[in-house]
Amino acid sequence: MHPGFIFLAVIVGSVLFHIFTPWWWTDIASNWGAMDDTINLTFWIGGGVFILVCLFMVYCILKFSYKEGRKVEYKPEDHKLEKILTIATTIGVIALLAPGLIVYNNYINVPKNALHVEVMAWQWGWQYRLPGEDGKLGTAQVIKISDENPFGINLDDPYGKDDILIQSDELHLKTNRPVKILLKSIDVLHNFYVPQFRSKMDAIPGIVTYYWFEPNKVGEYEVLCAEYCGVGHYAMRATVIVDSDENYENWINEQETFSSLIAKQNNKLEITRIAKNNN
Amino acid sequence: MSDEYNKQNTPIEAQSSETMSGSSGSTTDIDYVRPAELPEQDLYHGHSFITKWIFCQDAKVIGIQYFLTAVFTGIVGLILSWLMRLQLGFPDLVPFMTAEHYYQFVTMHGMIMVVYFLTALFLGGFGNYLIPLMVGARDMVFPYVNMVSFWMFFIAVCVLMASFFVPGGPTGAGWTLYPPQAILPGSPGSGMGIVLMLISLSLFVIGFTMGGLNYLITILQARTRGMTLMRMPLTIWGIFTATALAMLAFPALLVSCIMMTLDKLLETSFFMPAIVQAGEVLDYGGGSPVLFQHLFWFFGHPEVYIVALPAFGIVSDLISVHARKNIFGYRMMVWAIVGIGALSFFVWAHHMYVSGMNPWFGFFFATTTLIIAVPTALKVYNWIITLFRANIRMNTVMLFCLGFIVTFVNGGITGIFLGNVAVDIPLSDTYFVIAHFHMVMGIAPLMVIMGAVYHWFPLVTGRMLSEKLGKWHFWFTFLGAYSIYFPMHYLGFIGVPRRYFEMYDSPYVTSATGMNEFITVAALIVGASQFIFIYNIVTSLRLGKPAGKNPWKANSLEWLTSEVPPVHGNFGEKLPVVHRWPYDFNVPGAKEDYITQTTPPSEVINAEVEKT
Repeated sequence: MHPGFIFLAVIVGSVLFHIFTPWWWTDIASNWGAMDDTINLTFWIGGGVFILVCLFMVYCILKFSYKEGRKVEYKPEDHKLEKILTIATTIGVIALLAPGLIVYNNYINVPKNALHVEVMAWQWGWQYRLPGEDGKLGTAQVIKISDENPFGINLDDPYGKDDILIQSDELHLKTNRPVKILLKSIDVLHNFYVPQFRSKMDAIPGIVTYYWFEPNKVGEYEVLCAEYCGVGHYAMRATVIVDSDENYENWINEQETFSSLIAKQNNKLEITRIAKNNN
Repeated sequence: MSDEYNKQNTPIEAQSSETMSGSSGSTTDIDYVRPAELPEQDLYHGHSFITKWIFCQDAKVIGIQYFLTAVFTGIVGLILSWLMRLQLGFPDLVPFMTAEHYYQFVTMHGMIMVVYFLTALFLGGFGNYLIPLMVGARDMVFPYVNMVSFWMFFIAVCVLMASFFVPGGPTGAGWTLYPPQAILPGSPGSGMGIVLMLISLSLFVIGFTMGGLNYLITILQARTRGMTLMRMPLTIWGIFTATALAMLAFPALLVSCIMMTLDKLLETSFFMPAIVQAGEVLDYGGGSPVLFQHLFWFFGHPEVYIVALPAFGIVSDLISVHARKNIFGYRMMVWAIVGIGALSFFVWAHHMYVSGMNPWFGFFFATTTLIIAVPTALKVYNWIITLFRANIRMNTVMLFCLGFIVTFVNGGITGIFLGNVAVDIPLSDTYFVIAHFHMVMGIAPLMVIMGAVYHWFPLVTGRMLSEKLGKWHFWFTFLGAYSIYFPMHYLGFIGVPRRYFEMYDSPYVTSATGMNEFITVAALIVGASQFIFIYNIVTSLRLGKPAGKNPWKANSLEWLTSEVPPVHGNFGEKLPVVHRWPYDFNVPGAKEDYITQTTPPSEVINAEVEKT
């Protein structure tokens, strides 16, 4: 059999695989449908180019297989053809890039009404901090982290007192409300990634990174760490539960604030000790 | 043989070009090529086994030494990939496999394949063997430094392999070696393992700089008469540009290796911010992990092209020779290689879209990355246009070239996904990335390497490789590798993250179990089929059909040596004189379907050759 037919089979097989594949996106649960659209656009333009190039190659090898004395074209250059191909490719690239940049512009501009959630990652787990009634997170430093102050909140920062601390890997979010995820790490790189939300960002020790999305489907989602962070990387899972407004309020009211955490440690001496350590 | 050269290598008087062109450059002599201005190079000819085969200064022997050492590390990398795939497809099958081992294998596989296998093979192996032969030089310009370059590489490989045997084992930080985790106890091999890796890389860079300077200067200064830059085979253009990239990119790797070694051993904080690990505040503060990523990818992205550009060049030559047609758009091919090389220094942060760098960088790097797609696409068009109205030999070499085109176009297009920042965000750190870069810088360059071995084996050994075994080898490798990586993209669409030792019963990945098993089986078959290749090489060394001179009827100088295989000094008494580019195949009016580069115009008086 001529090898051209096997190459043809590879191309046809690729197309069939795509048509019948059971493996595809998880159902999207955030506002980033536009990312899926740009991927689909890239997929169809790119896939089309792939098929055309390969089919042309198969045509050539079937048609021009070696034959003694075959007349071969001698044409080192063809400026017109080269120009057309350059322009066509450039247009194709612009068509792919422009929508991508527009989507990216939305991705890095966080809506004003976004709820702030601090995600703190460590080897190997997650905890979360939400602003209290003042709507602001208190300042914090990793070196102040201790058993009594798990987020390293500065004790003299009044904004920190009402912060809601969630020392569990289960985070609840409100449906249809944008969330700005503020990422922190106390040790190495991590990445807070929920496939259904499409978005992700690394958590880096030393700085605070962010991204945003708007969950729009009530449900329970698995969080995966998407930046290699040591031997426990694959086990660094968590859960995000997207709630209706009512369930969310119920949940948040049950959570502990920083001041109640301090109050709990009713031994006054103990508190002074922390304060001394932290100052 | 050595004494003959010494006789004719006696210095001739240097003349200025003005006096020469006045005396002998008459306009009617169409064969006129300027006489030599400089005496020929004095070569050291080895006399003993050690100076001929071990501490040898012949670039061809050094090339083979590089080749064999790189292939050895490649086989280690292949075995590591098998172990990883077994864990992913059939967890619990390999009794000693722990998460630590898995991550160590991932790391070593990546680093070996990218640096110690592909880079060393293309530049050290093919570069050394082919540069002097193809530009018409007797050897590299600094043969002694060239020898030292190989031995530095050899020591680097030894240090790398030694890290398998130190307490804690080799580093398991991922091939990107990102700090802080690379040097903290949470990662496997964060003690001696990472230190040896950094030392080995530094040695590699030092050795490679010696080799690289040789390649560049040989190509610029030691070309034979008539070999203008625009008459060089594209192989040389590819290797030349890749080496220039290496000279500019490797220093970034070297400094990041040195800085991280200091962070590890002396507790400096170049890359280390304040860290609390296991409840303890570490003695670091103020460093930036993102800085390392910038340095690493400032090296790492050109590194992709350090592998790709020689492959582009070589495949252009192979396609042209075996399609019996000139490469289409030679000048555009050259400018595309140079342009891709230059642009490759402005795209590095597309590896860092979700790294936490300033998000505004995304716009710039997405734009530069997609610009680089244009010259790359033009190269693909020119390869397939070369096949149009050609006379294509469907031999093993051509099959590998076609396999290269399919896998490269596939991997190139998935690169457009990942280069476009908004598309990259959902796909980064998933199996889509793994599928993409294995297709584009794993399988595609491998196809070229294998095609090149089938093509140049007759030159190196004087014997042909078996075509029958070659075709089996090709189909197993191509179909197998394609069925590993094509479906793998779809795992990435699901969102399966990379570098997971185990998936448990994650809801996204239960459907992927079957595919993982399939991919593992395919990987085992592809790996095993490489032993057909090795068997073919070993048996053909002794039993292969004698190749004779220029068995492929190629035009370039390496096939026109006085002896096959070429001896030290490459060419006979006189260096060849070049009259044309190497792509004059099927020229109208010529008797044969090829005109070698050394054929003077007066011998092919009727050929309607375009001026090159």
